[in-house]
Amino acid sequence: MINSVKEIYCLGIESTADDFSVGISTGKGEIIANISDGYIPKEGGIHPREAARHHSKVASKVLDSTLCQAGIEPSDLGLIAFAQGPGLGPCLRTGATVARALAAYLDIPLVGVNHSIAHIEIGKLETKAKDPVTLYVSGGNTIISAFNSGKYRIFGETLDIALGNCLDVFSREAGLKHRKGTPLGAALEKLALGGKNLISLPYVVKGMDVSFSGLLTAAINLLKQKKYRLQDLCYSLQEIAFAMVCEVTERALAHTEKKDILLTGGVAANKRLQYMLSLIAKDHGVTFNTVPLKFATDNGAMIAWTGILAYRNGIITPIEKSMVKLKWRLDRVDIPWIN
Amino acid sequence: MDKLDKPKLLKKGAEATIYFSNWYGKEIVIKSRNVKNYRHPKLDEKIRRFRTMHEPQLMNEAKKAGVSTPTIYLVDTKKMLIIMEFIHGKQIKHILMNLSKVKRQNLCFNIGKLVAKLHISGIIHGDLTTSNFILNDYNKLILVDFGLAEKQIETEAKGVDLHLMKRGLQSTHNQFAEDCFRKIMEGYSKIVGDSFTKVIFKKIREIELRGRYIEERKIK
Repeated sequence: MINSVKEIYCLGIESTADDFSVGISTGKGEIIANISDGYIPKEGGIHPREAARHHSKVASKVLDSTLCQAGIEPSDLGLIAFAQGPGLGPCLRTGATVARALAAYLDIPLVGVNHSIAHIEIGKLETKAKDPVTLYVSGGNTIISAFNSGKYRIFGETLDIALGNCLDVFSREAGLKHRKGTPLGAALEKLALGGKNLISLPYVVKGMDVSFSGLLTAAINLLKQKKYRLQDLCYSLQEIAFAMVCEVTERALAHTEKKDILLTGGVAANKRLQYMLSLIAKDHGVTFNTVPLKFATDNGAMIAWTGILAYRNGIITPIEKSMVKLKWRLDRVDIPWIN
Repeated sequence: MDKLDKPKLLKKGAEATIYFSNWYGKEIVIKSRNVKNYRHPKLDEKIRRFRTMHEPQLMNEAKKAGVSTPTIYLVDTKKMLIIMEFIHGKQIKHILMNLSKVKRQNLCFNIGKLVAKLHISGIIHGDLTTSNFILNDYNKLILVDFGLAEKQIETEAKGVDLHLMKRGLQSTHNQFAEDCFRKIMEGYSKIVGDSFTKVIFKKIREIELRGRYIEERKIK
């Protein structure tokens, strides 16, 4: 444990997908700034190169406003953290380049952070869940994990696309638009509120893993047939996809006997999913926690905070070893900050 | 449901609750799939009904493949429960460490043969742990808990099935896990033949390298 860590400021850079975000955390875990600029595709999903171009365009502006929000100077920083993976190559490399440049220029240490672990750590920091079973659901990831002897272990995950991806693609097919402040998932959730009838769609849980690609195809096919109300389709898609991840979460909970459930990642913003998990928590007599909305989607703050945790335990990433890791699984990362 | 003694709770899992009871003078196990109030009632019923029907079907198919499973006495798709034979015997988990080396290897060889018979018939058990193999009082191996079982002919599924078994052995019987698994695979090979066993070994290694299936994911 490095004592001086308590006083330092860590600047975290997140650029794994469509958001370029910078956050600043103190050594004690106070998030004193967090600013994001998201790339919104004109049509379709994220184009990695276009997203990276967006990131490099907004990087200096976002950096400036984050420092301004924190009220500190670059020279006050003691540590630079960046999301080293998993994510889209061009996007990751843009963030990494900024991080390396800052660390080299300011002559301070650099820490490469696993993006998935950062989602869990910010959830724990903000909710006080100590040792949860975590359901991490976003546009790129669907992972049910819990800590066990030195690492976060994966109990279940998607075999194909992520939950958020499934909802996003369906929303786009249904003609919904991603607007600033209203992600596709939020638009879908709003429509789902008007749904009443559960339409039969494939429910795919294989052992401890889930699969959404068949569900997505089936939902899109029904959409194209125009036989059902869009509200009912949105409602059914949510009900079935959420029930799948809930089932695996419940199993992981029963197996590990942990006392907390933590919901994190972009899809954590969904109220229906929150409610379903809260019922499971109640049933098992455990506490349900959701990451606050501003830290649900990708953000720099979570990278900064996880950077602090790593640095405190003597982990730094020399620039020559700071290559991005596109497929960096969270169960490959040693977690020395939990006993 | 007449003539049913008050059921005694054996185990409460995430998906089902297991009871022991007497029914018309027979010792039985009741596997009851509970309502999950977090999901839509219609979906909940559909899932519970499917699984309540599917599980005995696969147990039956296993029998046809030459793998002993508890006899099903009753399937109730209204109450979503399965009543089946209670097996008198010992879970392999509890006896493996006390056996002589020869007996242990023999037992593992036979387990491997059973798994192979299942796989040849396209049945994936999904939870091949030493707690799910029971050696009954007549020294016969019985395979139980088909709650996660499915029909699959792909090598991937078979590889995952065996890989989970290997992981399970490592976590519960670490000191002779390697030896046990080798014997299991010898038994497996006896049924499926050497060339497919080679394919399966390659698959298992591939899955291991993928690092996806790790012991902590297993359900007890």
